[in-house]
Amino acid sequence: MDQILGNIDLLIQFPIVNLKIIIDGVMIGALFALAAYGLALVWGVMNVKNLAQGDFVIAGGYVAWWMTQKGIHPLLGVPAAFIIMWGIGWIIYKLVISRVIERDLFTSLLATFGLAIMMAQILNLMFGSDTQSIDLGYETLHFADGLIDIPISKLIGVCMALSLAAGVIIFMKRSRMGQAIRATAQDARAARVLGIDTEKVYAFTFSLNSAICGAAGAIIVMAWVIQPFYGITYSIRAFVIVTAAGLGNLPGVIAAGLGIGAAEQYGSHIFGIGYQQAIAVLLLLLVLVVRLLIQRRKRQVLQ
Amino acid sequence: MTRLMPVIHIVLLALVIAAPFLLPDYRSSLSALWILIIVALTWDLTGGQMGYNSLGNIFFYGTGMYVAAVITIGMAYNVGEYTDAAGGGIFAFTPTQYFMGFGFGLIGAGLFCAACAFIIGSVTFSLRGPYFAIGTLGVAIAAGELVSNWEWVGGGQGISMPNYPGEQERLFTYFSFATVGVVLYIFLRWLYTTRFAAAMNAIRDDEEKAEAMGIHTLRYKLVAWAIAAFFVGIVGAIEAFQALHFEPLETAYQTINLGIFMVVCVLLGGKGTLWGPIIGAIMFHVFKEITWNYFLGWQWVALGALIVVTVVYFQDGLMGWLMSKKPEWFGIRVESRDTPTAEAAE
Repeated sequence: MDQILGNIDLLIQFPIVNLKIIIDGVMIGALFALAAYGLALVWGVMNVKNLAQGDFVIAGGYVAWWMTQKGIHPLLGVPAAFIIMWGIGWIIYKLVISRVIERDLFTSLLATFGLAIMMAQILNLMFGSDTQSIDLGYETLHFADGLIDIPISKLIGVCMALSLAAGVIIFMKRSRMGQAIRATAQDARAARVLGIDTEKVYAFTFSLNSAICGAAGAIIVMAWVIQPFYGITYSIRAFVIVTAAGLGNLPGVIAAGLGIGAAEQYGSHIFGIGYQQAIAVLLLLLVLVVRLLIQRRKRQVLQ
Repeated sequence: MTRLMPVIHIVLLALVIAAPFLLPDYRSSLSALWILIIVALTWDLTGGQMGYNSLGNIFFYGTGMYVAAVITIGMAYNVGEYTDAAGGGIFAFTPTQYFMGFGFGLIGAGLFCAACAFIIGSVTFSLRGPYFAIGTLGVAIAAGELVSNWEWVGGGQGISMPNYPGEQERLFTYFSFATVGVVLYIFLRWLYTTRFAAAMNAIRDDEEKAEAMGIHTLRYKLVAWAIAAFFVGIVGAIEAFQALHFEPLETAYQTINLGIFMVVCVLLGGKGTLWGPIIGAIMFHVFKEITWNYFLGWQWVALGALIVVTVVYFQDGLMGWLMSKKPEWFGIRVESRDTPTAEAAE
């Protein structure tokens, strides 16, 4: 308890520490938002709630990490992870997801939960359970007497995340496929009547989601660490963000992503690093309860 | 069939009693099977009969373990000092202390978990479908993480339990689990014939209509979940005594192990039936033992694959499959499809 009060006291005495925490949180939050955007895409288009989302992220990270071990420049790992995870996503869609789309929501939730366990274990068998990271060898920038330090690798990571997000958004707005995806999300039956091959759209959307997650993972491994069993926390964060922001609400997803990144950093600063996972989960419960109360005022339930 | 029922039950009961003596090498495996059967039956109470698919029933298991530990240790020593010593100090338990702790620990764990179900359920039961599943999963994960930071009960190191004061420890645990299992079976067998079960099924089929019919749905949901929590808490408490040492994330709040196994058991056997979860638990246990013994290293991948395959291709389970093949075994009469309805009316 004293330690918690001491940590809060530190924040008040040195306001600059707040800035450091927020910058850290926003940088990791950008990547949470990326994974959450993929989740919202799949959720909105084919009504599948993907609990393996975080494991796609981690798998992408391992693709990049493995390529670096083979002597390929780490920055090339991001497009490589994008492409490889696209393929893996397509295979998973054909084997599992295409069979659960028409079923009730618990089916897809449970099937992807099984998938998440499988992926985490396969990664564990292939790469071991140690935490891994790629050292890009760039410097760290220092501001405000060394209180704020920003590694250049993190900055590069955030820039790549931003350009990837911008690319995906432009693709969704401008291209024919993006149009078809949005049409299917609005009304799959009408889209089918108008000649859109929804089966193809579903496969494309799921692969795109998997690829986005993979690229996010490749960025995470450059500036942060990955471990085969970190996936579930990323999935839960993605759920928190989408539940808080709602489907098809892009600015909301970005804001919630950055906010959750910052909230987690604050939480682990105040309560200690051991609580970081707990905070991610407690945020989920908090968001659910808040949305519940809003619905209750309208005499409805959250479904 | 109905005349044979008492005979079948007596034979089964004899098998349950004889099993640990017939297979003395498999006593701990049989105990593990009982855990699966009980958690699957209780999961089906809300998941299969009421349509509320919880992924967080493991919360009661872990809480039951900790409540039993705290009660047993607390009746003899100071819990904080005991966990601080982490096995270093000498904390002996007399047989009286052990069995007092066992008895009160089990009852306390059951009641505490039932109370938890009331409190948590009054919030989470406003969530429907997948939100309920994710919300309860969140409760279980959060509880594990919080307990692993709680030094009073041992934190991430976990907590040690007293040793069994006697020789036949395996038999004692087996019969503890078996008693709970048999009581639960008899209780559910009776419960599923009452109006209470009819109300639960109404909630599963259409909650809005059930409410419109005057069923106080929240009350039914809470009581059903509390019953499930009571039994899961007791099972957790017995497991705490069997495990001797347990820690929060992998043994107590084992969300991705037992927490998901119970759902798979029910789906394998067939949702919403009395025997489905039991048969499913036996099938799953056999599969698990085989993969653990012969595919070591890949056992988790095999289990994940089993989950995916069960959910995607075999969701109605064994009982559901039988019910569609042989409906007359379940007392369902099917009009022959060959004769047109107009003729039947004449």
